[in-house]
Amino acid sequence: MTVSRPTLRRRVHGMMFKLPLMITCSEFESFILAYLEGDLAPRQKSVFEFHLKICRECRDYLTAYRASLELAKDTLGVDRNYLEDHVPEDLIKAILAARRA
Amino acid sequence: MISNLKKGDGPSTDSFVRENIAWMLASAHRIVGDRYLAEDCVQAAFMNVFGKLDDFKGQSSLRTWMHRIVVNQALMSLRSRKRLQERSLDDLLPAFEAGGCRLEDPWTTLETPESLLVQSRTAEYVLSAIQRMPDIYRIVLLLRDIEEMSTSEVAVMLELSESNVKVRLHRARSGLKKLLEPLLRGQEL
Repeated sequence: MTVSRPTLRRRVHGMMFKLPLMITCSEFESFILAYLEGDLAPRQKSVFEFHLKICRECRDYLTAYRASLELAKDTLGVDRNYLEDHVPEDLIKAILAARRA
Repeated sequence: MISNLKKGDGPSTDSFVRENIAWMLASAHRIVGDRYLAEDCVQAAFMNVFGKLDDFKGQSSLRTWMHRIVVNQALMSLRSRKRLQERSLDDLLPAFEAGGCRLEDPWTTLETPESLLVQSRTAEYVLSAIQRMPDIYRIVLLLRDIEEMSTSEVAVMLELSESNVKVRLHRARSGLKKLLEPLLRGQEL
């Protein structure tokens, strides 16, 4: 049976991650938040970053994960500016009236 | 300024409301997802702020204290309208082979947030993606990443453990990545 290239690559990939100090992609996944929050111990961090160096899928995944987060933050920042330009005067007046009451 | 506010001084109150209303509206709007409900939340939040000024001890900045009040008000509004959706995010989470290898379509294009932001439909697409997430993930994402609250503050507000907040945050970010993939791959807009 001919093994297609991506499957062969994934098999090699799978074998590599059984070596000492290596983690699988699913283990890498469970460390992402701690890595981004700076919560990994130095040794864990180097194991994480080594995986990042050798695994293109996880590298691409993490890049897209960060980009989507940045996009959401930037977009909601635009939304914030929109709202700042559209504060209804009647709302301000209602709050001030309620405070005086 | 706080002492003038406590006395109900008119000009001080007027400028205080005008200085703070825009960011309070934006915070409430992100959580409740509706402009008019956000206005109701902000009005109620200001009444809370005025009513509790004597309790403000200056342990945090006035803005941080007010931020907690308006976010709490928005969460209460959301809960009073509906039970927060607990549905699963599983279909948006990354997939792995049995051996633990990631299954990720190759990325031939990755649009940058800068290039996407100049497109007029980007904001609408992103907002709609966030609104499609189950509430309990969307709220954690909003509070931690957009409102920039700490994990412990979010845990207290949502009555969750800190580790639960972290699990939900990572899942929410993973779900967000999946939802925004068509945009980031240049397949939309």
